[in-house]
Amino acid sequence: MIEIKNLHKSYEIGASSLHVLKGIDFSVEDGDLVAIMGSSGSGKSTLLNILGMLDTSDTGTYDLDKIRIADMDEKKAANYRNKFLGFVFQSFNLINYKNALENVALPLYYQGVSRKERQKTALTYLDKVGLKDWADHLPSELSGGQKQRVAIARALASNPKVLLADEPTGALDSTTSIEVMALIQKINNEGKTILVVTHEQDIAKMCKRVVHLKDGIIVEDKKIKQNVIKNV
Amino acid sequence: MNSLKKIFDRDTWDEIFESISKNRTRTIITSIGVFWGIFIYIALAGSAKGLENGFDEAFSGLSKNSMGIWVQSTSMPYKGFEEGRFPIFELSDVEYLTDRVPEIQYISPGLQAGAFSGSPPLVVRGLKSDNFNLFGNFPDQAKISVIKIYDGGRYINDQDIKYERKVAVIGEGAQERLFDLDEDPIGKYIRINDINFKVIGVEKYSEGDGFGTDSDITIPYSTFAKIYNRGDKFGFMFISGYDYVNPNYLEETIKENLKVRKIIHPEDDKAFGSFNIGSLFESIIKFTRGMVFLSLVVGIATIFAGVIGIGNIMLIAVKERTNELGIRRALGATPGEIKVQIVLESVFLTIIAGIIGIIVGAFLLFLINIGTSGLEDFPFANPTVPLAIVSGAFITMITLGTLIGLIPAERAVSIKPIEALREE
Ligand SMILES: Nc1ncnc2c1ncn2[C@@H]1O[C@H](COP(=O)(O)OP(=O)(O)OP(=O)(O)O)[C@@H](O)[C@H]1O
Ligand SMILES: [Mg+2]
Repeated sequence: MIEIKNLHKSYEIGASSLHVLKGIDFSVEDGDLVAIMGSSGSGKSTLLNILGMLDTSDTGTYDLDKIRIADMDEKKAANYRNKFLGFVFQSFNLINYKNALENVALPLYYQGVSRKERQKTALTYLDKVGLKDWADHLPSELSGGQKQRVAIARALASNPKVLLADEPTGALDSTTSIEVMALIQKINNEGKTILVVTHEQDIAKMCKRVVHLKDGIIVEDKKIKQNVIKNV
Repeated sequence: MNSLKKIFDRDTWDEIFESISKNRTRTIITSIGVFWGIFIYIALAGSAKGLENGFDEAFSGLSKNSMGIWVQSTSMPYKGFEEGRFPIFELSDVEYLTDRVPEIQYISPGLQAGAFSGSPPLVVRGLKSDNFNLFGNFPDQAKISVIKIYDGGRYINDQDIKYERKVAVIGEGAQERLFDLDEDPIGKYIRINDINFKVIGVEKYSEGDGFGTDSDITIPYSTFAKIYNRGDKFGFMFISGYDYVNPNYLEETIKENLKVRKIIHPEDDKAFGSFNIGSLFESIIKFTRGMVFLSLVVGIATIFAGVIGIGNIMLIAVKERTNELGIRRALGATPGEIKVQIVLESVFLTIIAGIIGIIVGAFLLFLINIGTSGLEDFPFANPTVPLAIVSGAFITMITLGTLIGLIPAERAVSIKPIEALREE
């Protein structure tokens, strides 16, 4: 599904430049659930953003579902994001003046799906995350866990190939975190490829594979025995 | 999806309505600028037009190239004549002028007592009496200056002149002083210098018309000449030219001819006094044209400022919405779609605010029109703004709205999505 080779990324800060990713080789199989770990500033988000085509790398190759992602114009990148990628952020990133249903329907709008179809699909996904009854609530009327579930529903709505989550439980308490991870496991069990950035050991253990970043390179990459969450 | 096609997509508009209606404060602040601009513009342009129409109306009926000329005394010796001569007009001068100045449409010689010279005669009606300025006029006088006769009466006619009839047209002020309130003066007799005159009309007073007052009494020229023994001599006349004639040219030509006729030094400017309505009128026209132009400039400048205000607020709004636009781009919005949305928001706000401005401005003009319609002295009528000017303002607004909207739109898509997302 994902294949990157010798990926480098530096940030220009004034005159100096900060080398954040220093040659990442990394691939992800279809249906995997990968935790990306590492200390703060190790480049986890940077990597995920490049994978999500929200940012670009300096050198190296990136293939997503056998398609080479290189030198794309913004329009094409937007279409790829729309079709292949779903995002979940630590800070939810819901649009505050749209209710839950409208938020979930938004990626479908950019796919050119008809209004009626959008509403229907959005409602299905809200149901999937257990928030059907909250469809007409604004984000400000939802709890953190509920917001993150809406965000997950939105990320799934366009039926992407890969779900990218940057610290999806970072702003949640432990009970809610487990709820959200249970949802992620459920989606993964249905076959979706998922990458989760986290620095919580507990969360990482709920995944199938853990990748450790340190100083811009992968220092450890291992399959683990997944801690499957039951009865939440 | 082609981003331009999105303009006609109902979903695009749903997005825009949503963004506009759910960010109310921003929408209102943004709109006020354009609303104010177009409102001021409509109100100003309409008022200027109303003023123009008002002056037009006030001067209607008055031949715009009419003039008056009267005898003064010469200030230069010429061809054996001493200065200080009084070059009195004679009726034959009228023919002389019409023969030589084909631009003349009407000439109306006038006689008077009390207005410039002589004493106003005593006029008696029953127990009431007073002194009034008396004029002797031809019927053509009514074609040169505004003479409005109240219903039921008439002005001097050719028969009155021919038979030297003892008939009189009295001013409304004279009616008040000579007749009872409920009395109809038409057909009644008044005594002027002990001679009985039949009242044939009451003249409505209109300001700015020659040198009359509201209490003048007018009798046929021939009758006046006979009673006062004036022969064929007279001291002033009113002249009007055809519509195409320049009033200043007419005034000059007439004076030149009269100077030849009366053997007066060509450079003697004191021999005759004169005025022409045209030059008076011209300065008023210039004034109202200036008003219209000023309102155009001020209005367009205000609209401009308003639209720039919209652009400014859109810029701030886009900055404020950077995160939202980042989210949209993460979800697959292309730069084109983002731009179309922002520009359409800008244009839509401009149009709505503009329409409201036009409606409120028109309503204000409507109120002004009602408020001033009863005021005779206030020259204001039918304050309209030409459709061409309204549509011009509208097109300007939409164009500027689009151009200004493009700036924040361009800004919004110029940064990477991740940079937009990072902004809170
Ligand atoms: N836009 C940017 N400009 C400059 N430096 C940046 C930028 N984004 C990230 N960095 C720097 O790059 C390094 C890696 O950042 P990154 O966000 O990838 O770390 P992270 O592993 O996600 O950390 P955290 O766990 O705190 O989220 C950090 O030192 C950070 O300061
Ligand atoms: Mg991070």
